[in-house]
This record gives sequence, structure tokens and C-alpha cells, in this order.
Amino acid sequence: MKTAAQFSVPYFQFLDARGELAEPPPGLALNALIPVYRTMAFTRAFDARAVALQRTGQLRTFPSSLGEEAATVGLASVMRAEDVLLPTYRETGAFLWRGVTPVEIFLYWAGDERGSCVAGPREDFPISVPIASHCGHATGVAAAFQHRKQARVAVCVLGDGATSKGDFYEAVNLAGIWRLPTVFVVINNGWAISVPAARQTACATFAQKAIAGGIPGVQADGNDVVAVRHVVGQAIERARSGDGPTVVELLSYRLTDHTTADDARRYRSAEEVSAAWAEEPLVRLRKLLAREGLWAKADEEALIADNQARLEAAVAEYLATPPQPLTSIVDYLYAELPAELVAQRAELAAREGGHHG
Amino acid sequence: MAELTLLEAVNLALARALEDDPDVVLIGQDIGVNGGVFRATGGLLARFGEQRVRDTPLAETVIAASAVGMAVQGMKPVAEIQFAGFMYSCFDQLINHAGRLRTRTRGRLSCPMVLRTPVGGGIHAPEHHSESPEGWLSHIPGIKVVTPASPASAYGLLLAAIRDPDPVVFLEPTRLYRLLKEPVEDDGVALPLGRAFVRREGTDISLIGWGAALVEVGQAAQTLAEQGVSAEVIDVASLRPLDSETILASVKKTGRCLIVHEAPRLYGAGAEIAAQIASEALMSLVAPVGRLAGYDTVMPLARLEDDYLPSAARIVDAALGLMAYR
Ligand SMILES: Cc1ncc(C[n+]2csc(CCOP(=O)(O)OP(=O)(O)O)c2C)c(N)n1
Repeated sequence: MKTAAQFSVPYFQFLDARGELAEPPPGLALNALIPVYRTMAFTRAFDARAVALQRTGQLRTFPSSLGEEAATVGLASVMRAEDVLLPTYRETGAFLWRGVTPVEIFLYWAGDERGSCVAGPREDFPISVPIASHCGHATGVAAAFQHRKQARVAVCVLGDGATSKGDFYEAVNLAGIWRLPTVFVVINNGWAISVPAARQTACATFAQKAIAGGIPGVQADGNDVVAVRHVVGQAIERARSGDGPTVVELLSYRLTDHTTADDARRYRSAEEVSAAWAEEPLVRLRKLLAREGLWAKADEEALIADNQARLEAAVAEYLATPPQPLTSIVDYLYAELPAELVAQRAELAAREGGHHG
Repeated sequence: MAELTLLEAVNLALARALEDDPDVVLIGQDIGVNGGVFRATGGLLARFGEQRVRDTPLAETVIAASAVGMAVQGMKPVAEIQFAGFMYSCFDQLINHAGRLRTRTRGRLSCPMVLRTPVGGGIHAPEHHSESPEGWLSHIPGIKVVTPASPASAYGLLLAAIRDPDPVVFLEPTRLYRLLKEPVEDDGVALPLGRAFVRREGTDISLIGWGAALVEVGQAAQTLAEQGVSAEVIDVASLRPLDSETILASVKKTGRCLIVHEAPRLYGAGAEIAAQIASEALMSLVAPVGRLAGYDTVMPLARLEDDYLPSAARIVDAALGLMAYR
């Protein structure tokens, strides 16, 4: 018997759960990790505030990203501003890094479309809720970059569950054939609502799903922000230089419920969750920075105070944001209002007059 | 002016759009060297190159999704789906993304894509090659649905679809591809979307249809004229936005109407038009609103297909039935 083809999936970890840095990647600048840490910490504080707002009826269903801060902030921190992010709903850390404001994120989860009209990364996609359906948007965006000979990259973020959809495979396949500047980042947080990763695929890794598309797949410890930045950064630079797409799997863990409407205790054990807490990303990065003399107790205290102040200001601004006009539900549907909506718009305007008048 | 088939008119409009705008890109299965299964893109690869006329793998979902991605980046993708029966996996993209990107981002992003596909029966194609999905598509907020009924309107409407700032599904009646020729001028002039066309003027009854059904509607109008009944023929052309004004004006003038389409009647596009006529033109009506549609079944295979489609004879019968009201 001959072997027709052979493959392997590399795995990267530099910073372990104890905060020990073993053989760092070439060119690692520890200083660069300080703003990354700050955004990770802010993401966690934002997350807690959002859940609290939901519990008190001031926000609607919210998907927490507790425990996934290294993956989301890490991947965004190696993108350039002009790259395009195609996210799903659990990438709060990436949004914050790229300049989406906390007020905008609150508005979105409060059910206000203006939360998707971000002032920050204007070309980034809004949150995609139908799972995996945004993977092909990334190939289209990347094809536009390729067509215009722009050195830009489309970064598509998805969950482990999303890789079970044909959409993901179709996009990976097309990206491979057309050699598109795309990076598919699969954040494997162990669960897709109540279905564990092992019931999502018979594969040993999600990264190897790249192989059927003829493109590289790599895996990294997604709680190790050094590894996240290394593998995603390499994939992005590979894409930017015209060498095509990559699938990156980041191993992390969803430390809390799927959303505020979920109760994870029904399908997973307390032991599993507490074991995962020992692996979480924030503490290990803080330990590293502290050991290197880049972060002190006073820095942490100042950061906590700063984060709280920023958050309270954002909450106040969010709560004070006046509602959208009723007419906005038709105003943005088409570039030009079609005849059949003219009467409906007038009806909405009249109802609005009634409201306030 | 050249006499062209509808297929040649589509090809001409695509070439014109590619020529005029470097952001126009065609994507689809077999559209390159092969020129598409019907040859709608014939010769375009040789003329515009691989970057502009891109063969895709056999994957309708990512064809539609990539078109969304390109369009959001401000390009003008024109995606071809080989047959309407294979476009259902694109519905997710049309409904969940293309149709709502502009509104859910409050105008930050938009999606000026075009999805072209042959529709309708009558060419004795295999199963799943003869579908009429216009009703489902027209129910989707945020997209436009256009179906031409002649070579000249195919040229003008396709140019309009490509230039439109919003997503357009362009349904090409397969049966008309090579059925008739008409002079088509390659003047780059687009026809308006959201406008119905009066194909024949009349005073006794309005026959309202779109796409290939207008062939039989036209024949029926001729037969009716020979029997002293003056039928006005309305080509709806654009199902969303819908030109209610032209339709209602015609019905108010004639007092009678028959809506003809190939798709099943139940919840079909004809039901919407009938409802609008009932609520906006009731006082002008001297007969009930008539509908002659496909049966509420799946499209039969070739041997029974002609019996399924509304024929000119059945249109004449239905129209004469409505004429009995005074
Ligand atoms: C097409 C589709 N099916 C089902 C759902 C409901 N749903 C929302 S999130 C989710 C699980 C997704 O899991 P994964 O992709 O692993 O992402 P995670 O939530 O773990 O971040 C499901 C089934 C959906 N949003 N879209």
C-alpha cells in the first residue's frame, strides 16, 4: 500500500495555565500584551455588567463570552484596521478592540438596530445570528479585496458548532480554490448550547476540517493570548501576502451559560466547569505581566476603577438613548422607498405622532 | 438594430455591464468556458477574463453568500444559479442577510447584488428544473424581484438590476430564452424597476401576468379580440416592488381582471394582486377578481407539464366567464 496523501495539524501553546512562558514565538514583544490585557479585562467587566443589566430587565438576551477573552481580543489585536471582521455573537472582546463602543454593544443587545450601525469599524459585518451563514460573506469580501488588489484580509469568526454546517465547508472550499485572503477562526469553547464538541464531529480537531478544502489548519490554546496572536497573526499575514486562507482552531471554554436564557447546569457538571476555571486566560496573562515587571497591583486597581467608570458612563448613555423613530423600520430597507411602503410609512409616522403628541 | 432572443439580450446586458463598470463580476457554475448551461454568459470569459467571469464550485450557498460579501464591499456581483429548483439553499442568504443588511445596520452596509436564475416550465426539462419561486421570493422584505417577458425588457431590466443599489433576484423565463426575437438596441439604457408595462391596450378586461405566461396571455388577448372582447395586457415585470398604480388603473378602466401565473395559486403572487384590487378597486369591479394559476401541486414531469401550465384556451375560457358578469 502506498500513501496517497498525509496531513498533520500543528498545535501551539506558549503561555500555560500557570502563567509560565515556554520558548516564546519569535519577535514577541511583551509590552504589546499590556493593551491586550486591558481590553481582555474590560471585556470581562463589560460581560458581567451586561448580564447584570439583563437580570434587571434592562437588556435582552445576552451571550456571555466569559473565558474566551484571549481568543476574541487576541484575534482582533493582530488584525489591521482595514481588515474586515465577520463575527458571530460571542466576540464582544473583538468588537471592543476594534473600536465598537460599549454603548453600541448595549444598544444591539437591547434590540436597537443602531447598535449595528457602528461608528467604528464601518466595514466590519454586523453580528451574524444564523449559525455559519456568514462564512461565505468572508469569501465574498476576500474576493473583493483580491479583485481590487488590496492587501486586506477577511477574518471570519465562528464557533465549533458552526463547523457542522455545510456553509462552513462551502466557504473553506471556495476560499481554497480561489486562494482568497480569508482566515476562518473557529473558537472551540467546548459546547454548542448543550451539545459538546465530541458530538459535533468525529474529527480529533476542528482545525482538520481545513484539509478537505486543501488549506492549512492549525490549532492553538485559545486561552493563551500569545499563541492566539501568533497563529492568527501568521494566518493573516499569509493571507495578506497572497498565500491564501487558513482555518485556525482556538481551544477555549465557555465558562458560563450559552446565553442569559440558558442554564448550563442542566447539561454539564460543576467539576468540568471548575476545572476549566483553572485554565482561564486572564489570570495567566496577568501572572506573566506581573512576573515580567510590566504589571503591578496598583495597575490592576487603577484598571478596575477605570473600567467601572467607563462602564457606568456607557450604561448611563445607553439608558438615556432616545428610541428610534417608528418610521426607521421602513426607512432603511431600500435605498429608495418603494411605492408599497409609502403608505405604511405614513401610517407609522401618524402612529408616532399619536405617541408623543 | 439586431433582432435578439431573450438569452442573447441577457448576454448583451451582461457584456455591457462588464464593459461599463469594473466592479461588475459574474460568478456561477459552468459560466466560464461553457458560457452557462443555457449560454447566457457565452463568450464573456474570453472577452473579460477569469477575474470578471468566475466559475465557482458546485455550491449554491456559497455562491449566494459570496455575492453578499462582494456586494457589501461595493462590488456588483451577478450570480447565476443554473435552475430555480437549485436556488433554495440561497434563500437563507436572501432572507437572513441580503434583504436585511441595510436595515439592520441602519444604512451602514448595503447589498447591491444580483441573483439570476432561469424559471418556469414548458421546456420539458427534468425534475426540479421548472420551478416558479417568485411568490416566495417576493415575500422577502428588502430584496427586489424582477422577471422580464421579452428580449428588450430583459436587456433593460437586467441593466437596471445590476445598477440597483439593493439586492435583486432576476428571474429569466426559461421557456422564453429562445422562443421569440425582438429588436434590442445596445444603448446601455436601463428600464425602471418597480414598473409594470401595458403590453396591449384594451377596455373590457385586464389580463395580468408576468414572465413566460404572457405568451399565452397575448395569444388569448388576440383570440378574445376576434370574439369582440377588448383585453388589456399588463406585464407586471417587477413583483417587488409592485407597481400597483398601473395595475389598479387598468382594472378601474376595464372593470374586470384575470391574473395569470404558472406558480401554484395558493398564497401565490396573484393572491396579493387580487387582494389589492379587491381593496382598492372594488367599486370599479363588475366581476369577481379572476385567477388562473398553476395547480397547487408540484410541477409535473414533461408528459403532463403542458396540462399544468395555463394555456391560451384556458385563459380565453376564464376571461369569457368573467365577461358574463354585467
Ligand atoms: C442556523 C442556526 N441554527 C440554530 C441556531 C440556534 N443556536 C444559536 S447559538 C447555537 C450554538 C452555536 O454553537 P457554536 O457554533 O459552537 O458557538 P458558541 O455558541 O459555542 O459560541 C445554536 C444552535 C442558530 N442561531 N442558527
